[in-house]
Amino acid sequence: MTATRRASARSPTKNPVDNETLMAMRKFLCFALTVLLAPAAQAQEIAPDVLVKTITQDVVAIIKQDKDIQAGNPAKITELIETKILPHFEFARMTQIAMGRNWRVASPEQQKELTSEFRTLLVRTYSTALTNYRNQVIEFKPLRAKPEDTDVTVKSEAKQPGAQAVTIDYEMEKTPGGWKVYDVKVAGVSLVTTYRETFAGEVREHGVDGLIKSLTAKNRENDARFKSGKT
Amino acid sequence: MSWAKRRGAALLLAGMLAGCATSGGNPADPLEPFNRAMFRFNDAVDDVVLKPVAKGYRAVLPNFVRTGVSNFFSNLEDLWISFNDFLQGKIRQGGEDFARFFINSTFGLLGILDVASDADLPKHNEDFGQTLGRWGLGPGPYLVLPILGPSTVRDGFGFLLDTQADLVWRIDYVPTRNTTYVTRAVNTRTNLLDTTNALEEAALDKYSFVREVWLQRRRNLVYDGDPPRERTESDEESR
Repeated sequence: MTATRRASARSPTKNPVDNETLMAMRKFLCFALTVLLAPAAQAQEIAPDVLVKTITQDVVAIIKQDKDIQAGNPAKITELIETKILPHFEFARMTQIAMGRNWRVASPEQQKELTSEFRTLLVRTYSTALTNYRNQVIEFKPLRAKPEDTDVTVKSEAKQPGAQAVTIDYEMEKTPGGWKVYDVKVAGVSLVTTYRETFAGEVREHGVDGLIKSLTAKNRENDARFKSGKT
Repeated sequence: MSWAKRRGAALLLAGMLAGCATSGGNPADPLEPFNRAMFRFNDAVDDVVLKPVAKGYRAVLPNFVRTGVSNFFSNLEDLWISFNDFLQGKIRQGGEDFARFFINSTFGLLGILDVASDADLPKHNEDFGQTLGRWGLGPGPYLVLPILGPSTVRDGFGFLLDTQADLVWRIDYVPTRNTTYVTRAVNTRTNLLDTTNALEEAALDKYSFVREVWLQRRRNLVYDGDPPRERTESDEESR
């Protein structure tokens, strides 16, 4: 099923209403709805573009202040990512997309393992990218989305003098826990689909367990490299 | 033997191989066995020569010097970029990129300073492969070229034309020309160091990872950052 075309009906229209009574009734209704739906609605209140922008600003501010992170201190970078960034990523969905049709071939335990190993791999890659951050200015483009959309792309650009700006697009989905990122496209290259061919090849040749094994091995290798500070 | 001729020979060879190669995974890569062999060769050369030289270059020269060198070569490209803008019907961008070239070549001291970027004339990325793509030509089979790395049949032919339009090519005095070529190659590889380091970490299978990144990147460039959404397997099958 396509994830792009789902819509939720719960968004009040913004047309001005002349009739004051109607207005008051609507206000009351809205209020009642808000109270009733509070637990679910609260998490959804932050718009996706605002969310990404806030996180980006936070993270950039932290990196700029922290000399340890700039020098590539593994513990600090991991902490920054775990606390600030990861809660907003949907790794199960990411793994699912990277697996394509093989996702259904995998057992629930295998799916869990795959997700966890893939998560580790992506986080490591992301940490390296963060340590490479050097004063690029990150600008956000206006969000092109309708209020009822549940699947949007938040577009940003990392600018640096003398080079073409690098676009960073976040594919986001509305979930009960708020907006979550399920893919990042850097300069048009999708972090998730890039793995699809590799995953498919690995499964074709060595089965799902073979893929899990090679992901685990890759993570161990990266870990050793990362801890020795040789990134 | 000229660079372009060697490129031509490689393309021809790849074309002949297309007839007999068996298909691996990605339908965009019917030449996978040949490509993988070439990729291994390139990787070996990179490990032994290119990467160590690039690392040394980065270690020895201060940042502002390296930026100056990058800007200089980047400026030389802008003229051809502007021409490709026009070929693709992007008149305004063509004018802007020409203005970039003019401003940086003069006020930017032969391109060493990128003053045009500060004047709100941002750098663009165009080449003849992209122009061909814009004109509706598909990428054709993925192709790993000797030393130069990932490409496609279309982009390979595009590159042949790019080399003809290359301003460095116009330098008559051979030693100067060769030195310029080498400097540019080292500069390019140095600018890619962070990327290739990240690649080492990210890729399970470096070959297929680079291929997927390259094909997506080129597609994105042809459509200037806004490619039509592809229908993907997972959209239909997973979830």
